[in-house]
Amino acid sequence: MRKAIVFGAAALAIVGAGAASFAEPVNDELVIDGETKIITRAKAPEGSPFEEVTSGWLYRTKETRALEADSFENPGMLYVERGEEIWNMAAGAAGKSCAECHGDASESMKGVGAHYPKWNAEAGKPFNLELQINACREANMKAEPYKFDAPDQKALVTYIKNQSLGTPVAIDLDAGEMRAWWEKGKEAYYTRMGQLNLSCASCHEQNNGKYIRADHLSQGNTNGFPTYRLKQANMVSLHNRFRGCIRDTRAAQPKAFSDVLMALEVYVAWRGTGLSVETPAVRQ
Amino acid sequence: MAKVKPRVKLQKKADKGEVITIKTLISHPMESGQRKDKSGNVIPRKIINSFKCEFNGKPVFSCDMDPAISANPYLEFMAKVEESGTFAFTWVDDDGSVYTTEEKITVE
Repeated sequence: MRKAIVFGAAALAIVGAGAASFAEPVNDELVIDGETKIITRAKAPEGSPFEEVTSGWLYRTKETRALEADSFENPGMLYVERGEEIWNMAAGAAGKSCAECHGDASESMKGVGAHYPKWNAEAGKPFNLELQINACREANMKAEPYKFDAPDQKALVTYIKNQSLGTPVAIDLDAGEMRAWWEKGKEAYYTRMGQLNLSCASCHEQNNGKYIRADHLSQGNTNGFPTYRLKQANMVSLHNRFRGCIRDTRAAQPKAFSDVLMALEVYVAWRGTGLSVETPAVRQ
Repeated sequence: MAKVKPRVKLQKKADKGEVITIKTLISHPMESGQRKDKSGNVIPRKIINSFKCEFNGKPVFSCDMDPAISANPYLEFMAKVEESGTFAFTWVDDDGSVYTTEEKITVE
């Protein structure tokens, strides 16, 4: 019977009649290793359609939530370790490692990942960590930029972002043309696409908390990325997830780091303002 | 993950007769031997095929592993400790490599 109601509600929402009932995310607190308190509920930023922003962690099963609460059990921590190796490994014609300029990541990168994507004046567009690393590799290390989703790229981003574990997400929209990119991202967020004619908002805004088949829809915040997904048994980058979601609407997928996805990243990261960075989060 | 690395987590101190939880994890691809690469050749099997844990030379827990076990196998088990000593952990790889690590515990 419950199933029938949920299905009915989802079907109604898709034809535009709006949300009927919400299956609330759980009331639980995330403390990693009994030390690092993670903010999983925060007051939404001004202009947000929500009153409260919630982490995707609250939408997962008890077992999945427990995996993230213990860094020993969190499979994503293996990639953090791999990222640390890469950080200290010399690469490229300049023979430099990340550590040579940036030193100890636990100091130099502390809190850094929480403020990305960030305006990059030189490129005239917002940069996420992946683009920033590639720019650094080309300009300073004289190394090949990483291809999208290369295992080393995912590990290094995971490592850098993990240095901000617990730091609340805060994007600087006043820098450069970030506002314009935010607007573009917002437009993309609300644009219906694909054969299923879904926008990001159709699931993550109008129906979060409900089930889409077996999946408990979250608000779709980005604070846990790159995320360890049990389904892939691997780290999943944000742009991989964006593309996956877009594929599921049966639309043509934009390229990773293309302008539209960078704008979307700016906008979606802003929607999750105030939530702690959880990288590497563990999800279904 | 390219590098195989064993890791173990257990408490450093325990009361006599206490039942403690031991968590172990080894980073390993656990290649099942049933997949093919892009040109259609079978990727040879390479898994951790057995694990054992000993305390002061006495067996605590052991198991065999088979190809359906996913990458980075995680094992958790319990042990009753009566005296201070050392837990020794051993993982055996298909290619003959043996990975070991040790962890001491003080019983008060």
